[in-house]
Amino acid sequence: MLHAAYLMPLFPLVGFVVLVAIGRRVGDPVAGWIGTIAVAGSFVVALLTLIALSHQPEAHRVFLHNYFTWFHVGGLTVPIGLQVDQLSIVMCMFITGVSALINLYSIGYMKGDRDYSKFFIYLNLFVFSMLVLVLANNLLLTFVGWEGVGVCSYWLVSFWFHRETAASAGKKAFIYNRIGDAGFLLAIFLIFEKTGTLQYQGGPGGGIFGQLHHLGGGTATAAVLLLLFAATGKSAQIPLFNWLPDAMEGPTPVSALIHAATMVTAGVYLLCRMNHLLALSHTGTEVIAIIGGVTAFVAATIACAQQDIKKVLAFSTVSQIGYMVLAVGSGAYIAAIFLMVAHAFFKGLLFLAAGSVIHGLDDEQDLKRMGALRRTMKWTSVTFTIGWLAIAGIPPLAGFWAKGDVLDNVYAHYKVLWALGLLTAVLTAYYMSRLQILAFGGDERWKEIGPHGEPALHTPHESPWVMRLPLVILAVAAFFAGILNLPWAHRYSFDAWLAPVFSGSLYRDHIHNGGLWALAITDAVAAIIGVVLAVTLWRGTVTDKARLEPRFLQRVWYWDDFYDAIIGRPSQKLASFMAWVVDVRVIDGAVNGAARLVRSTGTATRKLQTGYVRNYALGIAFGMAAIIAFMISRTWWS
Amino acid sequence: MSAGFPYLTVLILLPAAGALALAIIGLDKRFSKEFGDVLAIGVSLATLGVAIGAVVAMKVNVGGFQLTSNHIYTGQALGVRWNLGLDGISVFLVLLSAVLFPLVLVLGRHKTNARAYAAWLLLLEAAVIGSFVSLDLIVFFLFFELTLVPSYFIIAGWGHERRAYAAIKFFLYTFLGSAFLLVGILALAFIHESQTHVLTFSLPALMHTHLSDSTEILLFLAFTSAFAIKAPLFPFHTWSPDAYTEAPTEGSVILSSLLAKLGTYGIIRFDLSLFPHATRTLAPLMLTLAVIGILYGAIVACAQRDLKRLVTYSSLAQVGFIALGTFALSSQGLSGAVLLMVNHGLIVGALFILIGFIYERRGTWQVGELRGLQKVAPVMAAVFTVVMMASIGVPGLNGFVSEFLVLSGTFITHRWWAVVAVVGVIIAAIYLLWAYQQVFHGEPRAEDEKTKDLVWLERLVMAPLIILIVFLGVYPKPVLDRINPSVNQLVAHVEKATGHYQPSVATKGTAGLGGQP
Repeated sequence: MLHAAYLMPLFPLVGFVVLVAIGRRVGDPVAGWIGTIAVAGSFVVALLTLIALSHQPEAHRVFLHNYFTWFHVGGLTVPIGLQVDQLSIVMCMFITGVSALINLYSIGYMKGDRDYSKFFIYLNLFVFSMLVLVLANNLLLTFVGWEGVGVCSYWLVSFWFHRETAASAGKKAFIYNRIGDAGFLLAIFLIFEKTGTLQYQGGPGGGIFGQLHHLGGGTATAAVLLLLFAATGKSAQIPLFNWLPDAMEGPTPVSALIHAATMVTAGVYLLCRMNHLLALSHTGTEVIAIIGGVTAFVAATIACAQQDIKKVLAFSTVSQIGYMVLAVGSGAYIAAIFLMVAHAFFKGLLFLAAGSVIHGLDDEQDLKRMGALRRTMKWTSVTFTIGWLAIAGIPPLAGFWAKGDVLDNVYAHYKVLWALGLLTAVLTAYYMSRLQILAFGGDERWKEIGPHGEPALHTPHESPWVMRLPLVILAVAAFFAGILNLPWAHRYSFDAWLAPVFSGSLYRDHIHNGGLWALAITDAVAAIIGVVLAVTLWRGTVTDKARLEPRFLQRVWYWDDFYDAIIGRPSQKLASFMAWVVDVRVIDGAVNGAARLVRSTGTATRKLQTGYVRNYALGIAFGMAAIIAFMISRTWWS
Repeated sequence: MSAGFPYLTVLILLPAAGALALAIIGLDKRFSKEFGDVLAIGVSLATLGVAIGAVVAMKVNVGGFQLTSNHIYTGQALGVRWNLGLDGISVFLVLLSAVLFPLVLVLGRHKTNARAYAAWLLLLEAAVIGSFVSLDLIVFFLFFELTLVPSYFIIAGWGHERRAYAAIKFFLYTFLGSAFLLVGILALAFIHESQTHVLTFSLPALMHTHLSDSTEILLFLAFTSAFAIKAPLFPFHTWSPDAYTEAPTEGSVILSSLLAKLGTYGIIRFDLSLFPHATRTLAPLMLTLAVIGILYGAIVACAQRDLKRLVTYSSLAQVGFIALGTFALSSQGLSGAVLLMVNHGLIVGALFILIGFIYERRGTWQVGELRGLQKVAPVMAAVFTVVMMASIGVPGLNGFVSEFLVLSGTFITHRWWAVVAVVGVIIAAIYLLWAYQQVFHGEPRAEDEKTKDLVWLERLVMAPLIILIVFLGVYPKPVLDRINPSVNQLVAHVEKATGHYQPSVATKGTAGLGGQP
């Protein structure tokens, strides 16, 4: 079965091609089903591959295969090849699984859209690119997938392109990602220069990981920081995080799939994949941990003050990925992957449930206009509740175990960051409970006239089964995903399964059993404090609480304004200056000035006027033609 | 004398004869306009057939010149030879020319005085192909100059409002460069004659001329000024915004896709072969100009409100990348530069054609006057998106591979230039996405609603370009396998002459990715 691993990316690729060819003709809902089946097929292959891999002895759980050579220049050969190992198959499992569910959900959500089939074209191309990203056996092919998901993200964020905000958000997402990508490219160049290869492992010389001894300490740190920079773009971390909230302009299934469950975790995946390199740079990993910890905290504070249901979830995503990056920086790669998988389930669920709310409320996204939805949207509200408890870290749901795993490791490494992480955990429980109360508790505010005179909304309706089924499946997963890596290790727990991938570079904390219990109880208490705080502050009928939603937080710490002031506006001025002063007046001015000088100094050259140049040109034409004709005639003669 | 079918001579004579025939039947009223169309397009398609034949006939894994013709015709006294040859550096430029001319002839067939237009285009094709295959410096110079004439008449005769100004500026500016080139060629040949007592203009022979350092640098500057203007490289570019914008669509396509490549091709073919020391010495200067061009072109493109000018400046940045890869003097950089010449030709050609489609429908290429076209012309939008993504350098499309090779090849030998140039990759996304958003996104206004989508003939013109853009992105190997031997030979020549070798990592091979795990 391992040899058929290529079928995983192939299915969505075929789905993409088929939909490009006939998507518009078959339309709604057949196009959606084609897309869903392609991705579901990919999930089945992933499952079979996982089973096959688990039947291998532990030392042989890496399958490397090159299918063909992409290009070969000088000493650089780039194959199109796959690496199926414990890490990539875990990624594939949740990527294809969640993608299949979200494809199914989209069949209902996108119903009636004028570009219905196009949506599934992009979605299939996205899944293909994501699988290339995680399955690639070399850095450059990973970069191909990395760029591919970025492009799909651009198309899907600006899917409703007639809306100015959506078009701008798509562009912003692309450009922020592109800035990070520059770091990725430079990292590739640097690694290739030092190791002479781009393949992760295997092959002559053992690939990058076999050649790491060629890297000095400074080079290793530089490479790690460049990769981190790439990750901050794709995974929406400080300093490049502020494209993600804007990306919520995309249809909600896109937010769930790309901007919560899969694509935004690519940066974390990349850092995990390069763990042997990270292990060489202490400075590098410290910076990673700080970036992650600070991002987790900052984004969580912002999430406390957002009005838009999707914006809360977006900042929550930034914050949760911050936890993952923090875990990577602490050497706790398995904890990072564990949280990534758990997060894919509960955040995917939360977004899809939010989509169901938006769908049921005539596209209203303002929390302040929701309320009491538990009465009309039973399925949505129950599943959302599970997602809420999971992310808040209430035991025994997935979030408690996954976040706990991260925090335990951070505690052993960086005490200050651990404290920040714990505070973030309180905030997480707080903002999610606020969201839960505003949307599903309280009064039926959607019956009222809106704050800006918007008419009352229709009575919310529950969504169709294609949308409810994914909610239920994800809710079950979000509830039980803790099993994947309980502290009492079992044979197939992540700890046992993933350890060979990280081997030497994996940090293992040595907290004794009592300490672990104490930390677990601390986590649970933090979660409960957050929930209680929110219930105390947001219970009741008043929803306008300016003191709890300071402007500083609503405006995202003025981050966008700051970038606009120091980069955006100055560079616009620079561009205008270069275009209209330097280019037109200085460079072209010098050229035209020289021409004028020539013209005014000689009377003979005054003939350089339209008609004369024309004659001149004709003169050349006839002259050349005569010479060439002569040459050719001589050629035949000789 | 080489045996076999004289592909290269035919490649030059066929379009030239077509041009002549069109000129003759233009005088005779009995021939219909359609006959002229069929003749012109037929000749260009036949040329394409011969070009494909030439590519097939070429051996892979051979670095030197193939399919050569070599005839003396001026006697030993003058030493000029009809010396043609094709290698990995020129072959795909010839093929690109042969692909693009039929397309522009199809597009241009409704112009007023269409027969003259087609005749000039065919003459231009002969001159362009002639320039790419000439191995005799005088013959090269003749073709190089000959390209000016049809270009001038195409701009001045069929261009837009300020065509007269643009045409004269283009003509005089490039002509000035050519004067330096001619002086350089003659000086080199006479120096060679004084050493060997043989007067020759043959490139392979002149490669063995002994030059003092200062002479070599002077000659390098003479050659390079002509090529830098033609390409154009920063800061010799200011004729191009006027010429590209005022030229008719077909003219813009040929100017930017092919004539610009004459400049970069000239640098690779002649500067590197004839003046390796000077190339090496002045590489930091040329790399700096290249990087400035990349950033400058991209930044100025951001301020443009006119699609044609925007593409012109993006083209300036791309030419900067070609120069960067060239003067990196590593196999990867140079292979990337050669591949980028072809890729950029396809991309910029496709962009100018698409902008031409917009202009035909709306009579404007001002970004501010267009809006929401994706809603009314989805096919045009899709095609534009693919070409735009290729230009931005998205993997899977052709632009990426060449850009990657150029940058990684530069990184190995001149790290900091590559680091700065990477910024240009970011900015390319900014202005293109901005332009796309302005023109295609948003809600169409009343005048936008009437914009028709691409008709089948227009789709047919775009199809080969899109297919090549995707193919060269997914599977560039067959092309690179033909480019590499010639590039390696050239890099080895420069290395041997200067004694400077590229770092071993690029040629190590054993630690590369080649082996099966």
